Amino acid sequence: MSDSHAIAAEAGHDNHADHPPYLRHHFVSMEQQDETVSFGMWLFLLTEIMFFGGLFTAYLIYRNWYFPAFVAGSHQLDIFWGSLNTLLLICSSFTMAMGVWSAETKRHKGLVWSLIGTLILGIGFLGIKTIEYTEKYEKHHIPGHTFDWKGFVNPTPEEIAKGDKPLAPDMAQKTEVYFSLYFAMTGMHALHMIIGIALLLGMLVKAMRGGYMDGHIAFVENFGLYWHFVDIVWIFLFPLLYLISRHQ
Amino acid sequence: MADLQTQHHEHEPEQHAEHHIVSPMVYAVILGALLVGTAITIGASYLEMGPWNPVVALAIACTKATLVVLFFMHIKYSSKLMKLTVGAGIFTFLILVGMSLSDYISRAWGQW
Amino acid sequence: MSTIVSLPDQATAQIPKRNYITNENGLMSWLLTGDHKRIAMLYLISITLFFFIGGALAGLIRMELLTPQSDLMSTDTYNKVFTMHGVIMIFLFLVPSVPATLGNFLIPIMVGAKDLAFPKINLLSWYLYVAGGIMTLAAMITGGVDTGWTFTTPMSTHFSNTNVVTTGLAIFVAGFSSIFTGLNFIVTIHRMRAPGMTWFKLPLFCWSHYAASILMVLGTPVLAITLVLVVLERTIGIGVFDPTKGGDPILFQHLFWFYSHPAVYIMILPGMGVISEVISTFSRKRVFGYTAVAFSSVAIAVFGFFVWAHHMFIMGVSNYAVLVFSLLTMLVAVPSAIKIFNWAFTLYKGSITFETPMLYAFGFMGLFTIGGLTGVFLGSSGTDIHLTETYFIVAHFHFVMVGGMLMAFLSGVHFWWPKMTGRMYPEKISQLAAVVTFIGFNFTFFPQFLVGMLGMPRRYAAYPQEFQVLNVFSTAGATILGVGYLLPIIYLLWSLKYGEIAGNNPWQATGLEWQIQSPPLTENFTTIPIVTQDVYDYEWLDRQKEHEVTHVG
Repeated sequence: MSDSHAIAAEAGHDNHADHPPYLRHHFVSMEQQDETVSFGMWLFLLTEIMFFGGLFTAYLIYRNWYFPAFVAGSHQLDIFWGSLNTLLLICSSFTMAMGVWSAETKRHKGLVWSLIGTLILGIGFLGIKTIEYTEKYEKHHIPGHTFDWKGFVNPTPEEIAKGDKPLAPDMAQKTEVYFSLYFAMTGMHALHMIIGIALLLGMLVKAMRGGYMDGHIAFVENFGLYWHFVDIVWIFLFPLLYLISRHQ
Repeated sequence: MADLQTQHHEHEPEQHAEHHIVSPMVYAVILGALLVGTAITIGASYLEMGPWNPVVALAIACTKATLVVLFFMHIKYSSKLMKLTVGAGIFTFLILVGMSLSDYISRAWGQW
Repeated sequence: MSTIVSLPDQATAQIPKRNYITNENGLMSWLLTGDHKRIAMLYLISITLFFFIGGALAGLIRMELLTPQSDLMSTDTYNKVFTMHGVIMIFLFLVPSVPATLGNFLIPIMVGAKDLAFPKINLLSWYLYVAGGIMTLAAMITGGVDTGWTFTTPMSTHFSNTNVVTTGLAIFVAGFSSIFTGLNFIVTIHRMRAPGMTWFKLPLFCWSHYAASILMVLGTPVLAITLVLVVLERTIGIGVFDPTKGGDPILFQHLFWFYSHPAVYIMILPGMGVISEVISTFSRKRVFGYTAVAFSSVAIAVFGFFVWAHHMFIMGVSNYAVLVFSLLTMLVAVPSAIKIFNWAFTLYKGSITFETPMLYAFGFMGLFTIGGLTGVFLGSSGTDIHLTETYFIVAHFHFVMVGGMLMAFLSGVHFWWPKMTGRMYPEKISQLAAVVTFIGFNFTFFPQFLVGMLGMPRRYAAYPQEFQVLNVFSTAGATILGVGYLLPIIYLLWSLKYGEIAGNNPWQATGLEWQIQSPPLTENFTTIPIVTQDVYDYEWLDRQKEHEVTHVG
């Protein structure tokens, strides 16, 4: 690759002993490089805030307009799975933070186990999401031509016992808006989880081979930032989607 | 090369922060706080608080998010530039949500 | 006419043997490069290609509008032509034009760094641009899109039978190109300035790009999610924008314009950066009120986020929203005006010469001012009700984007051509091209203000008979304009082989980029400079000239 690394090498720079091998030649020090990469990661997270921001805007507007439909839709979500998922993600944030600490303090086993923990918790989250989505599919709550809103006009006796009220037909139809946002938001979140888990796997393999023990831990730190961000999105999704008026 | 870095440091203190390793104790405390917050938010959703339900839920979520950003993501120990960056992102998000909502809320107010 | 051009003796001058172009050979060395200058060249070639495709579509529009009937093409085809013209010109030309070419090339050099912070991400951004461009072209040749570049719902989600999904995804991809460019610039300007290069010694070109980059990073993701939602609505049938399912089409517009208004500042701010550099150089004077110009760039970026609904005054937003957004729009005009005043005061008592970049800069100042002032009529909600969706709007944005931004782009390309290629372009023909462009532009777009005020709607292939004369004027002007844009292609390419050798600093300009060889080394500097001189310090430059070396390498 024709970058400045190759050029400087030509100009007689074959002795890398005077600086770490990871230092790219357009930086003057590892400190500058690490701070720069971290700043870049934060800016990327800003783009993610705005990306999800559009979805949150749509959610807030329609929740305002179609509150009864949103209540009914929210009651269709299993609070057990949602709470468990929240638990898993929060713990995975903890294990990831511990992973970063392990890398910072050069604890090889600590890093490997922290990453394994994060991975298992993350996969557990996706597993539960699969269960939930399957249930939605079976109940015909996936937006599109298969969507069945009539169940909201006439809830079953069990649902009425739990506090669900029947909706007028036009409001019942609006539950499709709720589920559209549910799938868009949790789907986009799950996509980010999948990407995170793929990266996490790669990082785990490298860690198991002894990587990240030489102080060059920028990848672990910045992946941690990404992972925590995905956790924060869920911290907001959980109450907004699962906990609408559970007292009714 | 280190001289250039030192020169860079001296006149730009707000862009740098000493690398601070956060202890696992802190992480454990924050984990505990997050779990407690989750429990409270689930419990609160079963209480009838009228218009305050969503307010409480969002307040708890914002607190949890703040804890994650400050401690798990190390913003508390980062430079002013990083703090400003996070603030700018949150600000822009609030503009998007707030000003869009202002249209929807004011539609109900009628003509003038 | 006097000139400040100062070239080395042509009998003995040579292009430096070692430079970023000759450093490595072979196609792969270009396609896999991390060198910001090579990436800038890759961008320059690709955006020029898209410019001419978009321009050809413009030619088709003007030909159709020669007559009041829809006789050259069907109305459906016309819809597709103006949609593609808009999509290509905005997303594939204007947005990347200055930042991805001149910004990529110059920002590391101007701050005194060897490259941008993330060279690989820079290369990735070019590939994303090319992918988005190819997808757009694919959408075009397999049937096109007819929704207008604004993809307004519910037409785009329900009623259009054209390639909305492909185009939406194409722009999604191209948007990430823009995000990565902006991210790279912000980090580079913050973190990689050479010792002594404080914020207030940065050229105003850097400030403008910094402000535009903030908009790219914070605004473009909202467009991304909006396009995703449109695609989902069109494919799966989620109901977020569908009135029959309870969705609100206006929500689409809120999300779309939240990006697309800052997008116009993404497009113009880098151009304003170019103008600051050019006006200073060709009046031999530091920019008047440097701090005001620097802060006004950032102010435009910040205020630009607060005004998007002025594109939606007649769409059904609440009256209170109209009031608030109209007031805020008046506010955003102020920083732009500050820049115009400051450039004018830079010229006052300067030693002005009229080389080609300066001609384009003068054109910019006049035409952008007119475009900007007409924006005030549009930002004022009462008058906007009459003028919106007419040719007045079309004229307004072409004045700021073509009379403004495109002229700034050409000014910059000419100004930094000697630096990027080592060669001078032929001066007389380039000055002619600038004048032809200016004349052609006015003939094309000024009648559109008139015809818009008289009531001719935009995006219609057919129009009432009484508007024909002005439309014929406009098309005639477009022909002249086309010639004005073709000429630079010819003589700039010619100059690569036959142009005079430029030397380090043919314009006797200040700025770190003029202290290094033309074309620059791959690593830009042999040693990282330590900056002691002020920005736009012409006295320092005169002292340096006594010790000047003509080339290294």
